[in-house]
Amino acid sequence: MASSIKREQTLDKLFSGITFSAAFLILVIIVSIFISLFRESMLAIDAFGFFGFISNTAWDPVRENFGAATTLYGTLITTLLALAMAVPVSLGIAIFITELCPRFLKPIFGTAIELLAAIPSIIYGMWGLFTFAPLMGEYVEPLLQKIFLPIPIIGKLFTGVPLGIDILTTSIILSIMITPFISSIVRDTFALTPVQLKESAYGIGATRWEVVKDVMIPHAKTGIFGSIIIAMGRALGETMAVAFVLGNKHAIATSLLDASATITVTLANEFTEADTDLYLSSLFYLALILLGMNFLLLAIAKTFLARKGKG
Amino acid sequence: MTEIGKRKFVNLIALSLACAAAALGLFWLIFIMADVIRHGIAYLTPGLFLNEAAPPGMAGGGLKHAFIGQLLITFFAVLIGVPLGILGGTYLAEYGRHRTIGRFISTLSDIMISVPSIVIGTFVYAIFVKPIGHFSGFAGSLALAIIMIPVVLRTTEEMISLVPWEIREAAFALGAPYYKVILQVVYRGAATGIFTGTLLAIARIAGETAPLLFTSFNNMFLTTNMNEPMPSLTVTIYQYAMGPYDDWHEMAWAASFVITLFILGLTILGRLIIRWKYKN
Repeated sequence: MASSIKREQTLDKLFSGITFSAAFLILVIIVSIFISLFRESMLAIDAFGFFGFISNTAWDPVRENFGAATTLYGTLITTLLALAMAVPVSLGIAIFITELCPRFLKPIFGTAIELLAAIPSIIYGMWGLFTFAPLMGEYVEPLLQKIFLPIPIIGKLFTGVPLGIDILTTSIILSIMITPFISSIVRDTFALTPVQLKESAYGIGATRWEVVKDVMIPHAKTGIFGSIIIAMGRALGETMAVAFVLGNKHAIATSLLDASATITVTLANEFTEADTDLYLSSLFYLALILLGMNFLLLAIAKTFLARKGKG
Repeated sequence: MTEIGKRKFVNLIALSLACAAAALGLFWLIFIMADVIRHGIAYLTPGLFLNEAAPPGMAGGGLKHAFIGQLLITFFAVLIGVPLGILGGTYLAEYGRHRTIGRFISTLSDIMISVPSIVIGTFVYAIFVKPIGHFSGFAGSLALAIIMIPVVLRTTEEMISLVPWEIREAAFALGAPYYKVILQVVYRGAATGIFTGTLLAIARIAGETAPLLFTSFNNMFLTTNMNEPMPSLTVTIYQYAMGPYDDWHEMAWAASFVITLFILGLTILGRLIIRWKYKN
């Protein structure tokens, strides 16, 4: 009897140990990702430093002069534009689902929007390259030029030959891809608004929009903020959809109709072609910077959403 | 206009904009799906599944090599990723549920889910491809497994947490040790949920392209040797879509159709199972 209990205790320790190692593996993987990317980037870090690297606009494999400025710029500009388009649309979708959608349609419509997140990014790329970019280049962009080119300052954003392979097209596609992330988190936080709060607002005669604007949105503030940061992380790291429609051009673009390059696209296109150690190391350096940005953003988002969960 | 009239007007405008946003979201989904279906069905032929690649520019090739490669890479990724994810999730929801390290790892895996998949690709290149000196199917599986582990881990944790404590206590009262309670009671209660989570995780990695670019790379030939560069559907779609030949584009569309159908089918199936299981 005693030995059987002892055996059970040993087995329990063993099982607990196995599950712990599996969970601990997460930490091991993350730490090794950072260490190995850092080690591979050493050559480039030694050659260019940090501020030297991110402020250098050159990307010249022949002279072995590498800088992250153009790709960082491309990454940030497409991400910010995508957010600017996705945030209002996602909020609208969340408001529609929580307030306006007929009850029986809610799960169907919710799933439909979330399917946008399930479509693989390479499919967005295919659709973007063969269908959407030609539409943009042939119809939408010439129209935008007709409207905006005569206007000073804003017109500058629309100069260039409208080919459809550019920052504008990429940002629109990115915005479609990140919309479901924002709208589903915001919808969930909207649903947490205490009914009493909403009813008291209705009770003093508020319209539905006023309830949304003055009760639900303030109540969901942290959720909205967290979801935007999560979506931003998505957009920063998106590779395939962008690789198809951005054109991979290492230059600081001043027009929305210019081609550009992001960190991810540069990695996807050049990683297997890097023929010198410094070239490859610079690419690893880009990956490290991307990882660092992403990790930081997500850690911030997590802190915000966690605070929400407690409060 | 009276004050109340103005407020009603603003209300109408704002709510109409919300409806418009919802319509826009639906519009993109229908636009993209219709496009994939229209092109995909047009170019879907039995030869796509039965033939291997023809030399570039020659007609009559298929993607049999890429389908088989994709299946093999995904299979090994599931083989590595799912057990580790389930075991890790078990720790977080059971032994480690009140420990700081458990909470910390849970948060860390949430962050890891959002690490760009191409970064995982560069990581596997650094630790696996570079040391052995060549691209390989295993490297691709490893990259996908790393993407999969935190996803399976978090869903397992959530699904196990849904099993009521009273059930565990009933088993404890019979004298069962904790590991037996987990293996024979908790897993049974959470089985559907964990299974569904695994389905959704497979759906997630099946469409991944970026992490395969520098790990399993690509190959125009049929191979079942996981130690060689291995073709995958997604990388092949990328290569064919960027290539100059019309029949390459057509095959890329057909492959896109198949992969989208597979992934959306799996996603919808997973959601239906969850709804069916947790409504009752």
